[in-house]
Amino acid sequence: MKNRMTLTFDSRSENESLARVTVSGFMAPLDPTMEEMMDVKTVVSEAVTNAIIHGYDSEDGKDIELHCAYENDELVIVISDNGSGIEDVEMAKEPLYTSKPELERSGMGFTIMENFMDHVLVTSSPGNGTRVELRKKMVAKDRVCH
Amino acid sequence: MALATAYEVHDNLLIIRLEGELDHHEADKLRKEWQWWLKEKRKRHVLLELSGLDFMDSSGLGVVLGRYKEIQANEGMLMISGVSSEVDRLFELSGLKKLLPFAVTEEEALQKFGVMI
Ligand SMILES: Nc1ncnc2c1ncn2[C@@H]1O[C@H](COP(=O)(O)OP(=O)(O)OP(=O)(O)O)[C@@H](O)[C@H]1O
Ligand SMILES: [Mg+2]
Repeated sequence: MKNRMTLTFDSRSENESLARVTVSGFMAPLDPTMEEMMDVKTVVSEAVTNAIIHGYDSEDGKDIELHCAYENDELVIVISDNGSGIEDVEMAKEPLYTSKPELERSGMGFTIMENFMDHVLVTSSPGNGTRVELRKKMVAKDRVCH
Repeated sequence: MALATAYEVHDNLLIIRLEGELDHHEADKLRKEWQWWLKEKRKRHVLLELSGLDFMDSSGLGVVLGRYKEIQANEGMLMISGVSSEVDRLFELSGLKKLLPFAVTEEEALQKFGVMI
């Protein structure tokens, strides 16, 4: 079983729910559990929101790319922006670290991604945008149920 | 799906019921409405009823944490009820579970408020 898709959308907050709905639809053939579905929707929401708020400083009209693929039971999601980039990725990943406390951000986005997914790979540098790769293996349902 | 908000008042207590999805796109409106009730209507205690909430991310955590601080500064209490297992994991991760009281149902929350206020 194998599939992939790529979607580019505008850096507008309306598109956060669009990204969640798109990924839910894409991963449906993997027959995810409710929890797996919610985990993936949550991390997609985190990465897209980060691209809008941090990458593009809430400016619309910029590109955000959502790439999804699966092969057998592994789902891979890549969310990329061409925005400001991150100077120190390790620091950015620290729980509760935020560069925008004035916007009531709590610095939990990366922590949520790391807790809800199997692998999180962040590639970023100032001026070169940010690429977040998220991987998760779906647990076979018949093994869970019995 | 968007976010629907409903507000109900009992004396000093404001009950906020959320239905739908709370993300960055919906957070601003909720923040503004909630602050209006705290500042203009001077409601001191808040019960946030989430049994109708289908989705929440860190944007929701930010709004809750921000209001928690404001309510706390005004010597009020914020309680949360009807949390789904998914939303519960977010509250747990963020440390909010240790900061404020939770109730399983709205009835239980109101009972607790009756005792605590
Ligand atoms: N796409 C991005 N472009 C530029 N900077 C980013 C990007 N994503 C994250 N960051 C930086 O990493 C920090 C941590 O991100 P994280 O999502 O963990 O927290 P937050 O977005 O600040 O708060 P929360 O996610 O809880 O609302 C951000 O404050 C920001 O400085
Ligand atoms: Mg974030």
